[in-house]
Amino acid sequence: MYKIVEADFLAPDVKRFIIDAPKIARKRKPGQFVIVRVTDHGERVPLTIADSDIENGTITIIVQGIGKSTKQLNSLEKGQFIQDVVGPLGKASHIENFGTAVSIGGGVGTAIAFPTAKALKEAGNYTISIIGARSKNLVILENEMKAITDEVHVTTDDGSYGYHGFVTDKLKEIIGSGKKIDLVLAIGPIPMMRAIAEVTRPFGIKTIVSLNPVMVDGTGMCGGCRATVDNKTVFVCVDGPEFDAHQVDFETLIKRNRTYNVAEKEALNHICHYDAAFDSLKLQEAEGK
Amino acid sequence: MAELSKKDRMKIPRQAMPEQEPGIRNANFKEVNLGFTEELAVMEAMRCLQCPKPVCVEGCPVGVKIKDFISLVAERDFAGAAAKIKEDNVLPAVCGRVCPQEEQCEMKCVVGNKNAPVAIGRLERFVADYEREQIGLRIPECKPKTGKKVAIIGSGPAGLSCAADLIQTGHDVTVFEALHELGGVLVYGIPEFRLPKEIVRVEVEALQKLGVEFKTNAVIGFTDSIDELLSTEGFDAVFIAVGAGLPYFLNIPGENLNGIYSANEFLTRVNLMKAYRFPEYDTPVFDCKDKNVAVFGGGNTAMDAVRTAKRLGAKSASIVYRRSEKELPARAEEIHHAKEEGVHFEFLNNPLEFLGDENGWLHGVKLQKMELGEPDASGRRRPIAVQGSEYIMDINMAVIAIGNGSNPILRQTTPGLDFNKWGNILVDPDTMKTSKKGVFAGGDIVTGGATVILAMGAGRTAAKAINEYLANPEV
Ligand SMILES: Cc1cc2nc3c(=O)[nH]c(=O)nc-3n(C[C@H](O)[C@H](O)[C@H](O)COP(=O)(O)OP(=O)(O)OC[C@H]3O[C@@H](n4cnc5c(N)ncnc54)[C@H](O)[C@@H]3O)c2cc1C
Ligand SMILES: Cc1cc2nc3c(=O)[nH]c(=O)nc-3n(C[C@H](O)[C@H](O)[C@H](O)COP(=O)(O)OP(=O)(O)OC[C@H]3O[C@@H](n4cnc5c(N)ncnc54)[C@H](O)[C@@H]3O)c2cc1C
Ligand code: SF4
Ligand code: SF4
Ligand code: FES
Repeated sequence: MYKIVEADFLAPDVKRFIIDAPKIARKRKPGQFVIVRVTDHGERVPLTIADSDIENGTITIIVQGIGKSTKQLNSLEKGQFIQDVVGPLGKASHIENFGTAVSIGGGVGTAIAFPTAKALKEAGNYTISIIGARSKNLVILENEMKAITDEVHVTTDDGSYGYHGFVTDKLKEIIGSGKKIDLVLAIGPIPMMRAIAEVTRPFGIKTIVSLNPVMVDGTGMCGGCRATVDNKTVFVCVDGPEFDAHQVDFETLIKRNRTYNVAEKEALNHICHYDAAFDSLKLQEAEGK
Repeated sequence: MAELSKKDRMKIPRQAMPEQEPGIRNANFKEVNLGFTEELAVMEAMRCLQCPKPVCVEGCPVGVKIKDFISLVAERDFAGAAAKIKEDNVLPAVCGRVCPQEEQCEMKCVVGNKNAPVAIGRLERFVADYEREQIGLRIPECKPKTGKKVAIIGSGPAGLSCAADLIQTGHDVTVFEALHELGGVLVYGIPEFRLPKEIVRVEVEALQKLGVEFKTNAVIGFTDSIDELLSTEGFDAVFIAVGAGLPYFLNIPGENLNGIYSANEFLTRVNLMKAYRFPEYDTPVFDCKDKNVAVFGGGNTAMDAVRTAKRLGAKSASIVYRRSEKELPARAEEIHHAKEEGVHFEFLNNPLEFLGDENGWLHGVKLQKMELGEPDASGRRRPIAVQGSEYIMDINMAVIAIGNGSNPILRQTTPGLDFNKWGNILVDPDTMKTSKKGVFAGGDIVTGGATVILAMGAGRTAAKAINEYLANPEV
């Protein structure tokens, strides 16, 4: 069991947790993730380690409640416990002094980009970050990004805050201003990552994305997280999660992530009739059905 | 048993295993085989001729004293029989259920020359179940503490058996397991209807009582590296028993369509994450109800997957296999059970391509007929494609069960550890010693996908070698 030391909402449905996990705090590197099981009936949910505090032995995760497991997680408060936290998993981000690096986060993707952006800065890059959100109330980590990057641009789809437009528009603008960009890190919804890849492709700017397929074990054992990169099958949990955006087959990733759409809705509905269903199942088993 | 003559014994027929009716069990996840009653067990034990030279033992990879334990069963000393088996096999309730006996102990049994061989596996299972259910697992004595610490990576049969031996010799033992449950393939792969998880749980508990420490959610390589275990964590030796956990795919077009699983993923979702009880448990699996499911492969894993699909309500559940029935590598009993449960077999068929709709969902597979040619290196006749025989089979879900390679995590994180070109760890077969000092390895990670009993045997060989190493680390 892992204790929640701190829990607060950063935006509607987006919650930040600080969790007591000294070992993971010590080991983790930017770009790595943990797998969380909220209860002992729970799914194994991959979540990026947004930050860590070695002294206090804690890690930070930032979670968007989109389905049953993440909503259940987001209902937990400070002082409560999470069943399992496994990690750190996945390959760490490749960090070096590239020159100028732009980190782009769409929605909760900002939380996933944060640790890598921070490491890029520490490695001596000139760092620019673009935080994208649908609307002002959904903008997260603006101050945190300001503290670790040289320039921060906020974009909102509806223009309620910052630049009116998409992160791609802002990126085009920065590229258009003639600034030499050596690396783009883009993390967010798949359509956003695909769009960024198309913006940078003609300029030959090295672009990294962090993929978020459905995972089970997170250790390379099941192959459920497979994606197509450079026309080859990769297992994102052990070969990634970061890949060259210009080689990723986003189409397949989008389709594969829809595998459990219907089932997930069922699980979500199920939250309320948990006990009844459990009893009827036990009954069926007793009757040998 | 003196009163029966050899002739009388030969007259007793092999006792049938009571089992759930096929039409009932193919819709539930409870164990198929119900186990011998005491009467059936004693009767079966009487069939053993108590050979002066018991050749059956030669067929058992760990040398269980088959003749002796069967004689104790015939005398109704079931507890004594259990103790006898456990001298050589620490997981008899598991092996009695899943060993391919027809190729091992029972293949050698002389009774089999004329009649059906003595049902050694079923007797072993009976004895182990009797001990667990009637008297409780015997907790053996441990030698005084040596003050040495051993880390075991992986809680499958290799890891568990090594832990059992080392704790008894007085070492401190910690087992690190990547998943949230203990037992390896025994819990995430082999389904409940063949090996109830309760059995594995009780075995693990017995080890806990002996003082073995278990750390779940610990992915060695990430959580700690092997070098860290040996340095900062203070372990004197490490046994690597991480299994062969990287699923192979067919590498044909369309393999990433929705509805295509590796057997590992499908079985893990159903067994470990209990998707068969979705939505009570949160993890979903493809809804097989009234769908056509095809499983590619012919081993135990394939049989487990196809029978699982059947139990989840598949309209048709088929095995698609490149060779013929004779070459099927699965245990005879599983093939027999699968047939009884209504599984179809499409022999001599090779998949060429998976076909999907515009939303990425699988709806068919293009197959090609095969015929058998000359025997290959493995002695099996090589399948050859029949030109122009392609056709399409309508399926909604596919499971790929063509074997496992080795997991890359330790390879990437352990300098100084030597692997062969398939990623299996290289060891000295007598001692399980790797190229790295103080590090031993055994089970599927060394042999590639094999059997429970071989993994267990490797765990015991390693325990012996580790014990010697700890006594004298410099040689
Ligand atoms: C390496 C990695 C790191 C991640 N880091 C974070 C993080 O830091 N913060 C965070 O909030 N999320 C992160 N995610 C995504 C997160 O794991 C999923 O949102 C979560 O598994 C959904 O679980 P659920 O049961 O709540 O939703 P579900 O009920 O499983 O899904 C709800 C809806 O979302 C879709 N969906 C399911 N899984 C995903 C997915 N992986 N990506 C996009 N859509 C999905 C489903 O099809 C469904 O429509 C990460 C994913 C990966 C693979
Ligand atoms: C579906 C299926 C059915 C089978 N049926 C039979 C059968 O009927 N009869 C038979 O004899 N054999 C059968 N086998 C084969 C048999 O199960 C294996 O040969 C045996 O389990 C191998 O044991 P092991 O201890 O080497 O590894 P495993 O049982 O694979 O256990 C390895 C463990 O190590 C853990 N691990 C991996 N990496 C790490 C890491 N880095 N850190 C920590 N832990 C890690 C894994 O999570 C796993 O729990 C079957 C296999 C499968 C998949
Ligand atoms: S362990 Fe397996 S091979 Fe050995 S006697 Fe028992 S069933 Fe037979
Ligand atoms: S070979 Fe068969 S009959 Fe002879 S001792 Fe072994 S089990 Fe008994
Ligand atoms: S999540 Fe199972 S292999 Fe990646």
